[in-house]
Amino acid sequence: MNNPGLRAYAIGYLVFLYAPIVLLPVFAFNDSAVIAFPLQGFTTHWFKEMWADTQLFRSLKNSLIIAGTTSVIATTLGLLAARATTRYHFPASAGFLGLVMLPLVLPEMIVAMSLLMVLLAIGVPLSILTIILGHVLICTPFAVAIMTSAFQSLDRSLEEAAIDLGETAASTFRLIILPLVMPGIVSSLLISFTVSLDEFIISFFLGGSETALSVYIYGQFRFPAKVPAMMALGTILVLVSITLLSIAEYFRRRGIARTGGKSSGGFL
Amino acid sequence: MAKALDAEARKGLALISPTALFSIILLAAPMGLVVMYSFLTDGNNRIEWIFTLQNYVEVWTGPVYRAIMFRSLVVSLTVTLITVLIAYPIAYYVSFHVPAARKSMWLFLITIPFWTSYLIRVFLWKVILGYNGVINSGLFSLGIIDEPLQAINYNVGALVMTLAHAYAPFAILPIFVALEKIDRSLLEAGQDLGESRLVTFWRVTLPLSMTGVLAAVLIVFIPTIGDYVTPDLIGGGKLPMIANMMEVRILKQGDRAIGSAVAVSAMLIVALISICFLLLNRRFLRGQK
Amino acid sequence: MTPNRPENRADMIEFRDVHKYYGDYHALRGITASIKAGEFFSLLGPSGCGKTTLLRTIAGFEGISSGIVLIDGKDVAGVAANVRPTNMVFQSYAIFPHLTVAENVGFGLRKDPRSFPEKAAAVAEALEMVGLKGFGIRAAHALSGGQRQRVALARALILKPKVLLLDEPLSALDKKLREQMQVELIRLQRQVGITFILVTHDQEEALVMSDRIAVMFDGEIAQLADPESLYRRPNSRKVADFIGTMNFLPATILSESADQVEIEAQGLGRMTLAADQCRSKGSAGEVTVGFRPETLTLLFGAQTSTDRESEATVEEVVYYGDMTYYDLVFAGTNDPMRVSMRNVFGRPVLDRGARTRVAWSPGAFVLFR
Repeated sequence: MNNPGLRAYAIGYLVFLYAPIVLLPVFAFNDSAVIAFPLQGFTTHWFKEMWADTQLFRSLKNSLIIAGTTSVIATTLGLLAARATTRYHFPASAGFLGLVMLPLVLPEMIVAMSLLMVLLAIGVPLSILTIILGHVLICTPFAVAIMTSAFQSLDRSLEEAAIDLGETAASTFRLIILPLVMPGIVSSLLISFTVSLDEFIISFFLGGSETALSVYIYGQFRFPAKVPAMMALGTILVLVSITLLSIAEYFRRRGIARTGGKSSGGFL
Repeated sequence: MAKALDAEARKGLALISPTALFSIILLAAPMGLVVMYSFLTDGNNRIEWIFTLQNYVEVWTGPVYRAIMFRSLVVSLTVTLITVLIAYPIAYYVSFHVPAARKSMWLFLITIPFWTSYLIRVFLWKVILGYNGVINSGLFSLGIIDEPLQAINYNVGALVMTLAHAYAPFAILPIFVALEKIDRSLLEAGQDLGESRLVTFWRVTLPLSMTGVLAAVLIVFIPTIGDYVTPDLIGGGKLPMIANMMEVRILKQGDRAIGSAVAVSAMLIVALISICFLLLNRRFLRGQK
Repeated sequence: MTPNRPENRADMIEFRDVHKYYGDYHALRGITASIKAGEFFSLLGPSGCGKTTLLRTIAGFEGISSGIVLIDGKDVAGVAANVRPTNMVFQSYAIFPHLTVAENVGFGLRKDPRSFPEKAAAVAEALEMVGLKGFGIRAAHALSGGQRQRVALARALILKPKVLLLDEPLSALDKKLREQMQVELIRLQRQVGITFILVTHDQEEALVMSDRIAVMFDGEIAQLADPESLYRRPNSRKVADFIGTMNFLPATILSESADQVEIEAQGLGRMTLAADQCRSKGSAGEVTVGFRPETLTLLFGAQTSTDRESEATVEEVVYYGDMTYYDLVFAGTNDPMRVSMRNVFGRPVLDRGARTRVAWSPGAFVLFR
């Protein structure tokens, strides 16, 4: 059961995975305009500079609106699709599901370009709304996966029991199903939010004058002077992502415990 | 099977319709448009409705296109190979050497980097591998080198490194899932019959995990070949891949027809290679029972 | 179970030629039967025989393709499950894990017009009735299997249905708990007085608890009778085999009249059987007679009996503590028959290979064509 070589490899792998990310706070607090060793001392100057950047906050606000809207829409669509496929038999269900999940196996560029060309052809102006449409496309598969897992762990006889005791299909959904899949819903909202917040390609190509945060960051990369402030921003973003994900994981485990199952692996 | 659409089928279809309609309108229809465009002709910043196969001829024979396609394939296949190879041992470790209660913690730790901004991670690699970047400045200040290393930036190797890092967690999960499904008593039976641990691995564990390996291959290969950010930032504009080419053609030059042909060709290549991998998968599955 | 249930009670459930198809699969083939008010009725049969399907047609979770289902005299075609006067205890108990025990039990009272204190009192009463007094505030997902089952019972019975449906309620429990709950269920049924309909594949369970049992195979009711009649006078080999253990001897019919049949049974000799022992249908010629292990008696030493006697050789002896089972081969036959003897103090246990005399009486036999 114990293989020290393998364990060392695993630790080394984790170091490799986290190394670049760990550099973020290192250089965010580094008192130098250049991202290089040796370190020049501690400063919070970059955080202050970042904090004072109004354009940054504007694009942050845009991204929050986009991510919030996307997560709600994607989770709703994912819930409907998951409920349909787990509970009912209908023709072409596999086909519909495949179409909905397709963005997972397509390079994002293709999704973005296709949608962009349609929008250009119709003459729809690019804006936050078009970004949201693209983001919902790529977040819905995640929502479907999470909600499907949530619905599948529901005992079917719970619904029948509720009906047997006098409830209608609608009140059964409200009183029994919804509370029991709520952890899945929360998880799906958080995951979609995180995916949308970090997403670049669609935000870049389907965005108009109001930029998303990731596009703003991308623009800043051209200016070497701005890089340390971006390190600061990156540090904060990473912390936020990790926090959101930890909360999502907590809810996922709580959901499993509530319905009496056992936790085995990750989300997907 | 009494009527064509019984009550259950109607309810199911009604439930899935918003999601399905969304995908049809925003994904299926646009992709259909792209395919259509690929057979039309580019005019002055607009599409001329003249049917032609010229776009495909150019994409498949033009030297620039071929170079970029080739580079994209080389990069993505190399990345896939490396990523899956280094992912297997850690998936094995978590599946076989980590107690069950801790497994999801390990998986969580492994996937966290994936959920942070891809853009920032790529930029960090640029910073790490750059001329005055972290590696060079670190080695320099430690006195190990006198001149900055040229070999680690602005080349295909740098692309591969960045992408392999970014997609590493993608590869681990499917392999892990496949390894978890292996009945442990099969392995114990083998050892009970006198096999060494290495032989057991080679003859039992590895073949049984092949479906996971092939899934990992697909999960890494497909997004990698269409990546935009890494060739853009790490390559400095000198190492475009398919996605960058598409941007140039469609947006910067307004040639939607040929851009669409590039997109469709790329998807065809991806589909072909994926089918090859899936057929390989079938061979493995059939060989087991 | 208890022989003194009055037979002139009204029918609570009635099936008239009920058929059900799942696509091409004929799940219920012409079920016609009635279940009386206040009786403990069981649907017994192997997996796939249609017993659960039939139960669910009463509850309203399955529709029927043709025929009529009546509950308390009313045709329930088109009546939704949530308004039928029936309640069900599911095989998995279906306890709502996110609610407390009290919330579970009181769930069906949501639309009840009574005040909250009255409902709370009803919940407490229901919990006490199933032996879970004080469990109200417990979280439902933290209960044991047996406790969950009681909560399911309380939750169903609090609504005072006319019929309680139980879908294999004891199959998930271990043996000791199962036996305990069998007694509990009988007690509950007597206390509440309503019709209980139980689905099970365990014939012992059905025999212990039921007033009447419907044995089902392949979507049809093979025999509907009280436990004793089913046990002593099964109407086919299949039913005989399913309930308890039965031995089968080849026999030939010598002569037949309206109220009796004379046969020659291999290894035993001639005997005359009354009409009620020959109810199975089929053609004449080669037939089988069956007998239960406890209906024959081994004679030890110089014992005599007023019944008929035959010779047999002991092939195998299985000692069970309170019983000993002998596999005997009667003279002139090849196959062993199992006979059981209670281990009365002082009675010897025979050895393998010993020859013994067996006393029997024609009344113990059932003819199968």
